[in-house]
Amino acid sequence: MSSLWISGAQVIDPATRRNAPGDLFVRDGRLADSLSPAERKRARKLDGRGLVACPGFVDIHVHFREPGQTHKESIGTGTRAAAAGGFTTVVCMPNTSPPADNAGTIQFIMDAAGRDAVVKVFPTGCITIGMKGHALAPIGSLKRAGVVAITDDGECVQSNELMRRAAEYAGMFGLPIMDHCQDQSMTQGAVMNEGVMSTRLGLRGWPHAAEDLIVSRNVILSAYTGAHIHLQHISSQYSVDIIRQAKAKGLRITAEATPHHLALTEGALAGYDPNFKMNPPLRTEADRQALIAGLRDGTLDCIATDHAPHTDYEKDREFDFAPNGILGLETALPVVLGVLVREAKFKLPQVVDLFTRRPAELLGLAAGTLRAGAPADICLFDPKESWRYDARAGQSKSRNSPWDGQTLTGRIKCTLVDGRVVFDGRRIV
Amino acid sequence: MTWNRRHLITVEELSLQEIDQIHATSAAFKKILRRSVKKVPVLRGKTIVNLFLEPSTRTRLAFDMAAKRLSADVISFDAASSSTTKGETLRDTAENLQALNADMIVIRHAASGSPLYLSRLLDIPVINAGDGAHEHPTQGLLDTFTMKEHLGALQGRKVVILGDILFSRVARSNIHALTKMGAAVTLVGPSTLVPHWFTDLGVTVSHDLKSALADAEVVMLLRIQHERQASSHFPSLGEYTSMFGLNMARAAWLSPRAIIMHPGPINRGVEIDSELADGPRSVILEQVANGIAVRMAVLYLCAGGQPDHAVTAGGEDLP
Repeated sequence: MSSLWISGAQVIDPATRRNAPGDLFVRDGRLADSLSPAERKRARKLDGRGLVACPGFVDIHVHFREPGQTHKESIGTGTRAAAAGGFTTVVCMPNTSPPADNAGTIQFIMDAAGRDAVVKVFPTGCITIGMKGHALAPIGSLKRAGVVAITDDGECVQSNELMRRAAEYAGMFGLPIMDHCQDQSMTQGAVMNEGVMSTRLGLRGWPHAAEDLIVSRNVILSAYTGAHIHLQHISSQYSVDIIRQAKAKGLRITAEATPHHLALTEGALAGYDPNFKMNPPLRTEADRQALIAGLRDGTLDCIATDHAPHTDYEKDREFDFAPNGILGLETALPVVLGVLVREAKFKLPQVVDLFTRRPAELLGLAAGTLRAGAPADICLFDPKESWRYDARAGQSKSRNSPWDGQTLTGRIKCTLVDGRVVFDGRRIV
Repeated sequence: MTWNRRHLITVEELSLQEIDQIHATSAAFKKILRRSVKKVPVLRGKTIVNLFLEPSTRTRLAFDMAAKRLSADVISFDAASSSTTKGETLRDTAENLQALNADMIVIRHAASGSPLYLSRLLDIPVINAGDGAHEHPTQGLLDTFTMKEHLGALQGRKVVILGDILFSRVARSNIHALTKMGAAVTLVGPSTLVPHWFTDLGVTVSHDLKSALADAEVVMLLRIQHERQASSHFPSLGEYTSMFGLNMARAAWLSPRAIIMHPGPINRGVEIDSELADGPRSVILEQVANGIAVRMAVLYLCAGGQPDHAVTAGGEDLP
């Protein structure tokens, strides 16, 4: 019998409406209401004074690049980055090489996770074979192999007919569909938001209308089929409005926002730095404010990082030629605290909710709460500590972060998975 | 007034004073080009690399000739023969050129922002000879130089830029130069090629050719790129010509003293009729000639020369 006693922390658990100074007790990897005096005497003790103790964060959108692109990241390094960012549960996207469009590849990912992961990994499978958008992947077999959702993330199913059938078919298994909303006919060669800034920089524009169209399409198909469609990395004000209307009608639509779309705008592209290049692109201040408003009123359900590692030699190129995507796991908390708490005056429990209960409930994952009996997946952070983020010193294999070298406020001090410390604030244990 | 800039990446970042310095230096070099010996030794012993990673004829010839008029050694490097086709990155290509002791790089690249990227990697001056749809600073500088020769100061002058503005780096460099010099700039063309976002750069956007051309003192035509037709930007070249092509009847709407400009290469019968391109109001070939002087000025200044020395140029007393 192993036990752990975290004392004197500000305990925040939105799932149980807890927000008070107090202690957390862990027995055999699960949270407990209390420990006996004998257990307390033997328990490992963690001093939580000055720290927030909350459920380990849940990220439903990461790219760990395994199999096939382990020069960028692996399940081992990706989960280390997750732990360093306070995340104890992550959901991997299937755009690996080969894409995770069959049960064998899912099994490979599960095996690698069992061997190398330091946090909990849930895979997703593709909607279509090879993510090519032509034919349905074996969704039933993927479900049996353990996927928690299907998605062609990075690509977007362009055929409305195929998307309709995918929604109906996946609905039979209770599998949500996660969609990267992008009308590709409107974004050929596009590398940044279309508007004043793309006009100035002479870069090909990606109009928000291309997102709005597919968001609308998905709302309509969810209404028609009754399927749960989750809209990934929403970036546009107009899309937030469409989602708000859909939710008012009670449709099974959910949506996420990334830390970078909350914190940055297209103005960051003035220097053509590919570490600000991602898909969907950074948009305008009005869009950014709409995302904040969407999180405030529940239109957007959760934060997801879209952690997308690329090597230096891939990113260090002409802007047009650099791949899309940035790291997100290790900077998510301080970046989001900066936007939502310090700027937009959210209360800390609201932010913790967006990182824990809500993403877990969205995909039905047994995570995101400190309820007694739940797995002791816990994050301890100091919301006030400022630190310099050095991507080189980070846990990810890659370094493509727009926050590299910046001083951030809010720091993960300890991450526990099943009651075991996996990150102690400095290194992976 | 000293010149302190080592790179020329955009017109947008230049001050009005710097534009004037380049123009004054260009005027001094233009005199040299009229002499029987058209060469000055100011860049003798210097090596300039023309790194042209996108096809170009006139810009490359003009930079080549400008460098030779300044007595520099010129190495040309183009996409077809370069190791970029073997997958070498721009960083590696550029660092190799610097390791070969090149003194300056002139770069043409299809990707916007590439010259800025290069200028951050290298210790030697980088001159932008056109990057994607972003800027073509020497073209903007030579166009405004040509306008000044004909009209004097450009403050308050009505300048119309007509054609495919969206994809044009020439338009952007001209817009920045002209607005800094106080000209009233109107962009005209189909709404798909002249989006309203350009108004943010301090210009007027119009889709009505007649009102835009009324009393204009300069009309600058931009090449209509045939490949745009294959996309959805306009229906056909024929329709473009019927709506926006410049012909004799429409040229009558211009100010009587108006000049007609085009950065080339021109599509006769598409954006401009031959009789206008070859007519008395056309300054198209003057633009080409001025392109040498302006590029000499830019190479000279970015290599460390000073405007005052060039103005006093007898040639040999230049540093």
